[in-house]
Amino acid sequence: MGGKTVTRADLAEAVYRRLGLSRAESAAMVEMVLQEICESIVRGESVKLSSFGSFVVREKGLRVGRNPKTGLEVPIPPRRVTVFKPSNIMKQRVNSGLATVPAEAAK
Amino acid sequence: MIKSELVERIAARNPHLYQRDVEHLVNAILEEIVTALSRGDRVELRGFGAFSVKNRPARTGRNPRTGEQVPVSEKFVPFFKTGKEMRERLNNGADPGAETDFDDED
Repeated sequence: MGGKTVTRADLAEAVYRRLGLSRAESAAMVEMVLQEICESIVRGESVKLSSFGSFVVREKGLRVGRNPKTGLEVPIPPRRVTVFKPSNIMKQRVNSGLATVPAEAAK
Repeated sequence: MIKSELVERIAARNPHLYQRDVEHLVNAILEEIVTALSRGDRVELRGFGAFSVKNRPARTGRNPRTGEQVPVSEKFVPFFKTGKEMRERLNNGADPGAETDFDDED
């Protein structure tokens, strides 16, 4: 696997290359896009980005967890979590990009 | 919120940009993330979250109806882990999952 880490700076660079905004504005726009998505999720709205995937907020009820190191039981309070569901297109692209065995083995 | 609504919101905040350019902007960002993942790279966006790829090794599955054994080949699946800041904001400042977050190691 690649093993590199892509950051905001790389996303800003991609925007800069493709749209021709200034570097500073490219970075600001990346930030704004992430911020809008984040705001939406925090409001509990789901965010569906076609050909990418969707972010859905789920309500988790109270449950009893266990510290795996000490074995102590700890209550895990009700909370909201974000779940990301990748689109089929993303799943396919990730799979074919990284496939190490010929796909014909799979039916 | 769907992609076109995201584009509209961003466009409304940037009257100097054409809506079409904002659409390109959003697509460029998403495309860059997918391309990175398909190279096997990680995408780490502080405060937001991190995208990574998890490997599901080949295994022998079973057709639940016939009980027949079927080979299932190796798979790579995209995974998103919510960032600390977003997790805290989802839970009004508290981060109840912080110390009990043992899942998704793999």
